[in-house]
Amino acid sequence: MSEQAQARGDFAVELRGITKTFPGVIANHDVNLSVRPGTIHAIVGENGAGKSTLMKTLYGMHQPDEGSITVDGVTRTFRSPTDAIAAGIGMVHQHFMLADNLTITENIILGNEPVTSRGRIDFAAAHARIGALMSTLGVDFDLDAPVSSLGVGQRQRVEILKVLYRGARILILDEPTAVLVPQEVIELFVTLKRLVAEGATVIFISHKLDEVLANCDEITVIRQGTTVAHTSPRETDRRGLAELMVGGDLPDPSGRDTHVRDSVLLEVAAIDVAGTAVGSKLALDQVSLRVRSGEIVGIAGVEGNGQFELCEAILGLVPTVRGSVSMDGRDISHTPTRERINAGLSYIPFDRHREGLLLDAPLWENTFLGREDNRRLTSGLFTRRRAIEADSRAIIDRFGVRTPSEQVPAFALSGGNQQKLVVGREMASDPKVLLAAHPTRGVDVGAQAAIWDELRHARDNGLGVLLVSADLEELIGLSDTILVMYDGRITAQLDPAEATPEMLGTYMTGEVQGARS
Amino acid sequence: MNRQKLQRVLVTSASSVLAIIVALVICAVILLITGKDPVKAYSTLFGAAGETKVLQGMFNRATPLMISAAAVAIGFKMNLFNIGVEGQMRVALLSTAVIGGAVNLPAPLHIAFCFVVAMATGALWSGIAGWLKVKRNVNEVISTIMLNFIALSVVAWSFDTFFRLDKEGESTSLLVKTKDLPRSAWFPDLVDRRLNGMLIVAIVILILFWVLVWKTKFGFQLRASGANSGAARATGVNPKRMIFISMLISGALAGLVGMRALMGDVHAYQNNLAEQQGFNGIAVALLGRNHPVGIFFSALLFGFLGEASGRLQLEDIPKEIVTIMTGIIVLAVVIINEAVKRWDDRRIQRRAAAMVEAVS
Repeated sequence: MSEQAQARGDFAVELRGITKTFPGVIANHDVNLSVRPGTIHAIVGENGAGKSTLMKTLYGMHQPDEGSITVDGVTRTFRSPTDAIAAGIGMVHQHFMLADNLTITENIILGNEPVTSRGRIDFAAAHARIGALMSTLGVDFDLDAPVSSLGVGQRQRVEILKVLYRGARILILDEPTAVLVPQEVIELFVTLKRLVAEGATVIFISHKLDEVLANCDEITVIRQGTTVAHTSPRETDRRGLAELMVGGDLPDPSGRDTHVRDSVLLEVAAIDVAGTAVGSKLALDQVSLRVRSGEIVGIAGVEGNGQFELCEAILGLVPTVRGSVSMDGRDISHTPTRERINAGLSYIPFDRHREGLLLDAPLWENTFLGREDNRRLTSGLFTRRRAIEADSRAIIDRFGVRTPSEQVPAFALSGGNQQKLVVGREMASDPKVLLAAHPTRGVDVGAQAAIWDELRHARDNGLGVLLVSADLEELIGLSDTILVMYDGRITAQLDPAEATPEMLGTYMTGEVQGARS
Repeated sequence: MNRQKLQRVLVTSASSVLAIIVALVICAVILLITGKDPVKAYSTLFGAAGETKVLQGMFNRATPLMISAAAVAIGFKMNLFNIGVEGQMRVALLSTAVIGGAVNLPAPLHIAFCFVVAMATGALWSGIAGWLKVKRNVNEVISTIMLNFIALSVVAWSFDTFFRLDKEGESTSLLVKTKDLPRSAWFPDLVDRRLNGMLIVAIVILILFWVLVWKTKFGFQLRASGANSGAARATGVNPKRMIFISMLISGALAGLVGMRALMGDVHAYQNNLAEQQGFNGIAVALLGRNHPVGIFFSALLFGFLGEASGRLQLEDIPKEIVTIMTGIIVLAVVIINEAVKRWDDRRIQRRAAAMVEAVS
């Protein structure tokens, strides 16, 4: 009884002994979490540690196998998010759930429209209520503007308004800063602190330690599916927190004792790529860069500033309006994609599910993908199944892909193992140039270290790498040169020895457009 | 065959077998409701399996179904749903009857010539849908349905206007048809007037289908494009090209569907020749899980049901129950496939995770 009384007095949210298993995977095991009202409470942990599973439990998106959820002292069972919303819990998803061509008001009230006595939507009432919420948040939007006119940070603010409009007092933010540049992160925390001052409670999921330490009141650390520590910024520092997260020493991306050679392997000369919509501005505008043998050239930038189009243009998947691409001294501007690949171009795609893998197909078909012209694996028009399977096993062994065999379909692997398989496939053909887009996104620390090792090793053997990454530490640690992309152009060239994440951030927003040094 | 592979085969066939059982049960209920005895009905139906004549008829009816199912299945492998096999077949039927009937060649050459004409016309018709898909992003389901209507009308009209024998005053027969094909274009029977040799062609097509889809580079790229066009594109496989080519192959096969009826049976074009055989291929492909072996047995089942259904009338049971049964089989197979796939996916995932745990 006394425990319950304590909970009622002390905590906005209390989770006790939550366990959640998925087929073959224990996603959460004996998780305990106590969040005080009126605080920003961070949940930190690595990718795949079980943070999102936990938050889905709290938001009613699935039910835990064991354990209890207590909100404001009342023990509850959430059958669906509707139940969680009724209990005052709101979730701001990592990927925004907004309809682009509706107005801000329409997006906010969608599904909760106030109606007049005549059955019409009462926009006046909606405006009044949203106006009040906006002043609480300290933001000011033209409510009749379409969401498509907003930037990423503003859209996130709209998401928060949407959640508040539904009466949430406990907000869950799932990796809210993943899509933001450093300046927008600062603005976000200003907003969150105002909210907390008004009595709301914020649960903040992140794996970025600096912002957690700087802005949160309390911290719960999750590792391998279970809560391992409860601490606060006063009691710990970056190093301590990181070691709690990883449960040991941290992998280090750095290793700069490289010898960049003279021969230029990839040269992109002043290319333009048209935007997708008719009449829209160029997706790539006069982009030039060089990757030499043994060199890693990093591309920094907020997603959607032309990195994707740059890779597609180098691969020949989108036509260039102007300019040329050459590889190893040969102009390949008009060479079909397949021939570029056969000539030694490899690609670790941005999204392994969309562009990298055949999820329903066995691993041996996945490692074969894109290598159908490999003489060892095919003879004439026919595929050589045995050779392909043996090759697949070799890739699996070399890159430490954890799987029972090469016959398993790709969907059965964890994200980190899927990524290792993709990286392994792209490295298996001994490429000259590798386009690596987010090579370690969403993988665990072990896989991250293994992938970094492979990249460094191949680079030392003369591979030229174009590295696109949102992980600024990865960029600074691995790159020999960092180029910043903004709005389809390369706006700065930085020396990673001098660059800091904060500095990259200012370039990435386009506030500073340093001359290329 | 190793254990894993055997398991995969069992799981794959399980849903089709289950679908057939479900259909049998539902039809039994329907028979009961209408006051017929399902036991008698089924024993009459399946009792016919002992008769050579019925078995010959089964193979005969299964022949075009194997070909049309292969036409549909190659589309499915590329994530294309070619509903237009019926129309492609119909266009090919008339053109082959007319063009094939207008030339004189030695027998094997004449037959080969007719095949080429049929395949070319079928591919031409499906190529329209392929072209619309590639150039204008028109959904192939819509365009092939529309092209079916156009094919039926255009063929009926041009047959009526130009190619009917009685219009040319050469025939007073009540049978409205085109001029007979020369004997050199007749496809020989295996068993005189009971089983046509096109069965061999159908089986060869299924074998070639298997080799093409599972053993060649092209087949791999086709399946990769169907499974994830984004991934295939990133490796330089042009998805538009794959769409167009698979549409052409599908249409070429569709062109051959009616040849058992035209070259092996009637030897002239008439309205309702080979009717519905293009549509029925969709059902056979679904039940056969787009695999040549599955298609072979599914075609035999549908062929058998069609052949044996006549017997039911002798027992005063409407033979339409067989049509209902095939309809339910198709619906059930689609639903059960999905359920079995989800169950199997979870099973595989669990096992993979467990084995990885055990290793580490």
